[in-house]
Amino acid sequence: MKTLYKNILLFLLVIFIAVSPLVFNKEAEFNGADGEAEAMIGEVSPDYEPWFSGFWQPPSGEVESALFVLQAVLGSAFIFYFFGYLKGKREKAYD
Amino acid sequence: MKMKKVLLFFSILVIGLSPQVVEGMHIMEGFLPIQWAIGWFIVTIPFLIVGMKKIKEILVENPNKKVLLGLAAAFVFVLSALKMPSITGSSSHLTGTGLGTILFGPGVMSVIGSIVLLFQAILLAHGGLTTLGANIFSMAIAGPLVVFTVYTLGKKSKINKKWVIFMAASLGNLATYVVTAFQLALAHPDVTSGFIGALSKFLTIFALTQIPLAIAEGILTVIVFNLLEEYKKEGGEIIEDII
Repeated sequence: MKTLYKNILLFLLVIFIAVSPLVFNKEAEFNGADGEAEAMIGEVSPDYEPWFSGFWQPPSGEVESALFVLQAVLGSAFIFYFFGYLKGKREKAYD
Repeated sequence: MKMKKVLLFFSILVIGLSPQVVEGMHIMEGFLPIQWAIGWFIVTIPFLIVGMKKIKEILVENPNKKVLLGLAAAFVFVLSALKMPSITGSSSHLTGTGLGTILFGPGVMSVIGSIVLLFQAILLAHGGLTTLGANIFSMAIAGPLVVFTVYTLGKKSKINKKWVIFMAASLGNLATYVVTAFQLALAHPDVTSGFIGALSKFLTIFALTQIPLAIAEGILTVIVFNLLEEYKKEGGEIIEDII
């Protein structure tokens, strides 16, 4: 059980790292668009024109974040399947 | 003790940063000139070949490790989908390449990372197909190489293994974005201050924002290792086989 407590503590630390900018840096916009880096390219080499654009773009920010959530869900589904599988094996081994 | 000092250094760096609105991400579609786009693709090829051979070997020698390979891929999937706000006032995301690199080596991770990046480029319009080579190099090759080097060196030292994993995963995440800054500066040198000028500009975008996220990535990687170790310690032979 010691591992569990250690992991909960570590996870709280991650949450703190994720949330603290929202608290300590209230004016910031936390832009999620790739526009900022694009703007920097425009600044350092003003003549550059992107020569290719994707075949498809998510129609809105909501759709995009839904797809990101889907990606995270698929990944975490496997991670929890994996540890559930190990837990099952362990309990079986103890019988 | 030394690790604590490093951590303290990181924390001070993070707190001392002035807020600025910028974002660290993969290189966007179409934003590398064609010669660079092709060049980075060519650079990634040998790594991918080595990685695919290695994966084949693992699957033939120990089919049980298939699940563990899946875990490494799933970890990249989750972490690279997580956009986190950073204290610099912008958001960036994690890479998740540390876990798989430590378990299987950088070659295997170059293949896994490429799959995730391809998925993101096609379905999410995040990153891009023309910039895929460059993004593979930064996230799935350069990052894992740093993870592997730090982990290999750290393992030989007397430092606690968990600290070594933490440092390896964190520095790997950071390296990914430092390399991205290099790639952008090489392709887009500043009109007045040249490569160096552009590099410092891109580094402020990519590297500083990334520091707290790198720490988060290190911690998350340690959490998974704690779990793996727990099951290895207590489990039966079958689990020993997998890990």
